Amino acid sequence: MTDKLLEIDHLTVRFKGARTIHAINDLSLSLGEGETLALLGESGSGKSVTLKALLRLLPPKRTEIEGDIRVGGTDILRLSGRSLQRYRGGDVSMVFQEPALALDPVYTVGAQIAETVMRHKGVSRSEAMEVALDMLKRVKIPSPERRLQNYPHELSGGMRQRVMIALALACRPRLLLADEPTTALDATVQIQILLLLRELQKEFGMGVIFVTHDIGVAVEISERIAVMYAGQIVEEGTTREIIKDPRHPYTRGLLAANLHDVARGERLAAIPGAPPALETRPASCSFAPRCALAGPDCRAGLPPVVTPAPRRRVACLRADEAVPAE
Amino acid sequence: MSATELYDRLPDRGGPAQPLLTVRGLKKYFPIRGGILGRTRAMVQAVDGVSFEVRKGETLGIVGESGCGKSTTARLAVGLIDRDEGDIIFDGDALGDTLSLRELRRGIQMVFQDSYASLNPRLTIEESVAFGARVQGLSDPMGRAHGLLARVGLDPARFAQRYPHELSGGQRQRVNIARALAMSPRLVVLDEAVSALDKSVEAQVLNLLSDLRAEFGLTYIFISHDLNVVRYISDRVLVMYLGEVVEVAPVAAIWARQAHPYTRSLFSAMPSMDPDNRTEEPPLTGDPPNPIDPPEGCRFHTRCPFAATLCGRKAPQLRKIGADGHLAACHLHDPTSGHPKAGKIA
Repeated sequence: MTDKLLEIDHLTVRFKGARTIHAINDLSLSLGEGETLALLGESGSGKSVTLKALLRLLPPKRTEIEGDIRVGGTDILRLSGRSLQRYRGGDVSMVFQEPALALDPVYTVGAQIAETVMRHKGVSRSEAMEVALDMLKRVKIPSPERRLQNYPHELSGGMRQRVMIALALACRPRLLLADEPTTALDATVQIQILLLLRELQKEFGMGVIFVTHDIGVAVEISERIAVMYAGQIVEEGTTREIIKDPRHPYTRGLLAANLHDVARGERLAAIPGAPPALETRPASCSFAPRCALAGPDCRAGLPPVVTPAPRRRVACLRADEAVPAE
Repeated sequence: MSATELYDRLPDRGGPAQPLLTVRGLKKYFPIRGGILGRTRAMVQAVDGVSFEVRKGETLGIVGESGCGKSTTARLAVGLIDRDEGDIIFDGDALGDTLSLRELRRGIQMVFQDSYASLNPRLTIEESVAFGARVQGLSDPMGRAHGLLARVGLDPARFAQRYPHELSGGQRQRVNIARALAMSPRLVVLDEAVSALDKSVEAQVLNLLSDLRAEFGLTYIFISHDLNVVRYISDRVLVMYLGEVVEVAPVAAIWARQAHPYTRSLFSAMPSMDPDNRTEEPPLTGDPPNPIDPPEGCRFHTRCPFAATLCGRKAPQLRKIGADGHLAACHLHDPTSGHPKAGKIA
């Protein structure tokens, strides 16, 4: 298939060490050109590991990766040397959660953006600086000419995240990976950054994978949502489908735990227990120990993947059962 | 152990009408030192003239963005840092007058956001929970610790001997709650206590906090940046901006009407949760100003859509704007302020 920007097939990621951690277990996912997908999950669900695998940022000595990742038809797990360098930051780039850590403190923001452009586009420093200035304008940084000469510590959190975005988009990637880019920001700044990303996505027409633990953020940014639990995608669909018609008991639990419109004093329908430790590869439904609907069949083997609609899937035996009274 | 044995609550003094905690004109400036001689170069005006009351048995939510002074306010109220100015009155007794710091801490306990940094990594959790009760000379600290661990959902037989690193974030936060309760406080300050937890675990801890409040007759100050959570747990909400209180109101009143323009912006910055009706315009542009050099007059005037010349000159005072104890500090709500739109905007 060539119209797919990204195809992940049966990806498995294990971390070796004193203990083995089965971080990603048989994950498949596809993304079309210009699509925005939110990977939604809690800590340890494997959403950030998926992004890092996509950019080949996982330490090779301690990581075992199986499966296939194709971006625009190229098998990126086989890239090395120059072609890997071109891929990272050229075709695909990433925005991290903590811009203060991701930016280099000893270079001005202009120099950092320009360096990326010179590397990937082979242009001169002055041309690259013009691109940097243009990018700062596009991410709506006030007085961009002056800001080019600023060091990261001279900028506020929201401004630094805008610089991160400018840096990531400077080489016009086809795919942008965003790892909780608004989590560290205040509410009034978070919404500005989300709207900016939405606008730039339309303008540049790139595909976006947006990792978040916040359903509210996912709804604001994405057309599609994939819900992750214990290294697997348990449910995927359009944002509307996931919000209005969640099928997997875990997705339903997450939506209830968001407390949107919960009356005061009402008892919260909390999901009991905690996520599994992932020290063994799951042989049955990972959510079954916390699931109110689980039966012996859920613990006997991996759940089937039900596809109620095109590009909609739910990994649950009970996906078709009536929603319990709320 | 039954709830009454676990809990040696301090006796009520002033009756139900007297606020449990009154804070008046609280001020804290932090110096920024620099240069070779370490001279003070500037002051961070972290908390600047904050006054509020916490009534007996209620939960007061405090909301605001980072740097607004909500955590500093909490730390001042518990006596973790010294105030520059202001009164802290706990059930009628003023700190430094008829109330010692040691007595204040017996009455108020705190739970912090970082569950791991809050616990001594070299103490087992039973030792951590029993520590304060032992220092305060309460009876049977270890029995109390075990009873409280069981009460917060950690079976002492399995957990008492463990170290903090052997627990998950949610479990550690339960330990911190048990430790706070071991002092049998009347007021518990929860400073972003559930913010670092995953949503599914957060709901469990919120249920636990509701149960404990009812069981032990607790009063809470609940600090959070998550408005949904604050709405769920609080009776009244206090909104802070750059070291000042801008609005105080009962939960229902503030959800029905946000009187201060900042409160309104904060509420409209909440994700819509509706894919058919997403947010299109950011309610505010730019970041909050630096508390080292806050704007003159109303501190919000630099970002406020209704700002007039007056707002940059004169700081508005908190005043009553509704029957139910709804207060706001904005010239718009003061018909005599001279603001051209005063009284014209709901």
